[in-house]
Amino acid sequence: MTANLSDQDTICSISTPPGQGGIGIVRVSGSQALSLARKVFVDGSGRRLKSGRGYTIRYGKIIDPETRAVVDEVLLTVMRAPKTYTREDVVEINCHSGVVIVRRIMELMVSLGARPAEPGEFTKRAFLNGRIDLAQAEAVMSLIAAKSDTALRIAMQQLGGELSLRMKGLKEKLLHLLAEVEVSIDFSEEDCHPIGSAILEKRVREILDDLGGLIETGRQGKFIEEGLVTAIIGKTNVGKSSLLNRLLMEDRAIVTPFPGTTRDVIESTVNIEGIPFRFLDTAGFRYSEDPVEKEGIRRSRNSIEKADLVLMLFDLSSRPNEEDRKIARLARGKEVVLIFNKKDLVDDEKREKEFYNELIEEIRPKATVSTCLLHENGVVKLKSVLSGLVFQGGSGFNESVVVTRTRHLHALEEARKALNRVMQHSQEGMSEEFLSLDLREALDAVGRITGETVSEDILNEIFRSFCIGK
Amino acid sequence: MGRIIDATGIQFRMLNTRKGPAVQAPRAQADKQGYRLRMKSVVENQPGLMVQQGTVRKLLIRDRKIFGVETDLGYRYGGDAVIVTTGTFLKGLIHVGLSRFPGGRAGEPPAVELSDNLRSLGFIIGRLKTGTPPRLHGASIDFKDLVLQKGDPDPHPFSFSTKTIQREQVPCHITYTTPRTHEIITKNLDRSPLYSGRIRGVGPRYCPSIEDKVVRFPDKERHQVFLEPEGLDTEEIYANGISTSLPFDVQKELVQSIPGLSHARIMRPGYAVEYDYVSPLQLFPSLETKIISGLYHAGQINGTSGYEEAAAQGLIAGINAVQAIQGRSPLVLDRSEAYIGVLVDDLVTRGTEEPYRMFTSRAEYRLLLRHDNADLRLREKGYRIGLVSEEEYEAFQEKKERIGRELGRLRKTFVFPIADVNEVLEAEQSAPLRNKTSLFHLIKRPELDYAKLAPLDPTRPKLNRGIRSICEIEAKYDGFIQRQTAQVKRYREMEGIRIPEGIDYGMIQGLSREVVEKLERIRPASIGQAGRISGVTPAAISILLIFLKNRRSRIG
Repeated sequence: MTANLSDQDTICSISTPPGQGGIGIVRVSGSQALSLARKVFVDGSGRRLKSGRGYTIRYGKIIDPETRAVVDEVLLTVMRAPKTYTREDVVEINCHSGVVIVRRIMELMVSLGARPAEPGEFTKRAFLNGRIDLAQAEAVMSLIAAKSDTALRIAMQQLGGELSLRMKGLKEKLLHLLAEVEVSIDFSEEDCHPIGSAILEKRVREILDDLGGLIETGRQGKFIEEGLVTAIIGKTNVGKSSLLNRLLMEDRAIVTPFPGTTRDVIESTVNIEGIPFRFLDTAGFRYSEDPVEKEGIRRSRNSIEKADLVLMLFDLSSRPNEEDRKIARLARGKEVVLIFNKKDLVDDEKREKEFYNELIEEIRPKATVSTCLLHENGVVKLKSVLSGLVFQGGSGFNESVVVTRTRHLHALEEARKALNRVMQHSQEGMSEEFLSLDLREALDAVGRITGETVSEDILNEIFRSFCIGK
Repeated sequence: MGRIIDATGIQFRMLNTRKGPAVQAPRAQADKQGYRLRMKSVVENQPGLMVQQGTVRKLLIRDRKIFGVETDLGYRYGGDAVIVTTGTFLKGLIHVGLSRFPGGRAGEPPAVELSDNLRSLGFIIGRLKTGTPPRLHGASIDFKDLVLQKGDPDPHPFSFSTKTIQREQVPCHITYTTPRTHEIITKNLDRSPLYSGRIRGVGPRYCPSIEDKVVRFPDKERHQVFLEPEGLDTEEIYANGISTSLPFDVQKELVQSIPGLSHARIMRPGYAVEYDYVSPLQLFPSLETKIISGLYHAGQINGTSGYEEAAAQGLIAGINAVQAIQGRSPLVLDRSEAYIGVLVDDLVTRGTEEPYRMFTSRAEYRLLLRHDNADLRLREKGYRIGLVSEEEYEAFQEKKERIGRELGRLRKTFVFPIADVNEVLEAEQSAPLRNKTSLFHLIKRPELDYAKLAPLDPTRPKLNRGIRSICEIEAKYDGFIQRQTAQVKRYREMEGIRIPEGIDYGMIQGLSREVVEKLERIRPASIGQAGRISGVTPAAISILLIFLKNRRSRIG
């Protein structure tokens, strides 16, 4: 845990509560704060940050230095040491709120070398650098203690049953592999067969797969990070674009009363209770010879393919027919929400049942919502159904989920990088002690999540697994 | 010690030669009598050293400070510092089968009163166990069909001062236990003091008795046995691998079930010995005890296993006893400087529940702790405390300078992507150059080394093997060495934040009771050490840092 104790690193954190709000702030403190800002910030006229004069606010953009993609429009506040909260150089990035943007900026800073701050760490630095007095610090001290001592426990709880089991499995696999590598170093005279590089690489690859899975998994986590890809499908003219517009509350998609208007897939992101939904508005399904429309339908199928969730619209004003069935069939095996539109035209419960019975043979919907999109009726209900699907009845995000998750992802990414180095060095024919260095780093990273130290564990594992000793 | 093993060793082997330089280790088999006699003579002839023998029964203490020892004859020796190195003698109890008798080693009486004396002074006493294998008569062994294990043809000396190994080298032999051996052991477990509950001391997991191995790893079909000569002037063979405390008749039966040993005669039976040790958590990193000033503990009394661990502590305790008497600060090596540093820090920070043995995997900065750079790491320190002569120091300075010069030269000597160069590289199955490259950089390629680059490096100076090899290692593993050096820097920062003695941890707000208790007991010297105590969380460390900072600013 030595690295965690160091106060020399540049730290960063999201300083605003997660979820909705006007702005989000990412705060960076430490000797690298300014140089990190220089790497990602360009001002309104496209110039890099040069002087970094203290107590200035600049308008500009955050840019991913690798992909050159614009992450967000921001206001950048520069405060020079020692007249700052931590008495170190501090940069604050005021960006648009929304979990994705704030996290993306945070992760960008981490990928460039900042470290996610420990709970209370800004205040700890403020005290250590003489900025606040003991009375103030003591208030923070109990906070630090309460937070970090329980943080791991909370974090493990939040990771959830399956995930925490997989974490454990990961650690055990790493430990066992490390024991196999170490045993051939410390006990080379013993009668145990050293692990060959082929087997080692196979095992590392397995662990990398696990790790990759783990990084990708965590339903909530993934959705926070990437958004929930949601395809809207239905017959032509059933009101898909109207639905999207209601959700967006702006006229992004073209909505016309003629069938076949929306030939392209339109993507828009809507923040519903902190969860970014990435809506794909697809072309309506109508079998047609028009090549442009055919292409649109092909793209729609692709959209359904990659969607996490499918919103399936039906028109209550007509009876269900074979085309509706075909559409339902397209979304087989997907998570589906049924939306019965144009409720105002037929105030008839029977028609809904008719549809439902017709479709239930093809799909198992998660939820059903009846709306009249022309009148914005039912959109509020739809939104709450959608967020409910993600939270599974939970009460939304709280701060620690985001804080701990950022650190966990960071740790898992480090483990992955270390294991990739193990692969590389093994392929280069490096001997065990070099492989061990990175295996340990991977294990240390995992240990930071599970809260365990590893050095004694390695020997225990060796003595448990191998008959050692002359 | 290095010099004496170089003079009396009967087999030298470099371990792990197929691996990198950081985990290669020289190993020697000692001529046990030869080593002992040579060392005895060195000690006896050391100016200023008086050698006396007797059994100490009591430490003489006044005001928590030691002033001498008293033997069982009632004779008193005075001294400002006392180093206690009891080996396996403190209340030693030897077991062979269900017979047991007091003894520190076969045929030698234990030290009983001293253990009680230490307990009465406030030391926490624990009990450990270790074992030995039977010694066989060489002439009764049929070596013919056994695997031969020879020493290295070009033995690597232990001491930097030794030029070459002169002594005759003898081979070892390897044989294996059989299913019959395992059957004999299983059948007789009721007569084993280990399995009948007679032995309560904790034995080492890395060096179990043969009965332990058979019980714990029932699927393993055979276990290795090394037959090692005890010396050049004796027929005794040490049957390394079958350490046992089974009864003598069972030992005979099990030995004779092993190929090559069917007619072997046991000259001395194997046995287990239980002994007392003192919790090393009661030591400062100088190995001085925390409760009696001037009293030092070294070796098995601190819960370590034998040989190297004991030697390392003896050296440190000896140095620090002298440093204290001369009013100088103790020599403490840290975890990044030497295995000795790892050993001592582990002992005084984490304690031990089983005989502690050093493994390279215990050292975080293993890639830096190599035998090839031992002098570069430690000779300067040795010189400063007066353990290195002017002459040796000058030679060392010159060596250091040569290494520095050669490394500088390798960095500044470039080869270019021209046909001549690429031909040489091609001959070594190495990719052709595209840009100008330094030799230092080129050595890093896995398929190349210092020697192979000779054709590209006509101006290379003549250097001895040690210097060549260290330059090669520094260049070849530069990336790894830099990574470890960065880790060491972070480690040192934490070690550098000292915790003043006498802090009342109970007064610090926010620390849990468990953490306070551990800190009170171990009293770490630095924030770094505190962080290595099991159960001391990063949060507790933050609180400590804040507390220390506040304390400093109040004083300052």
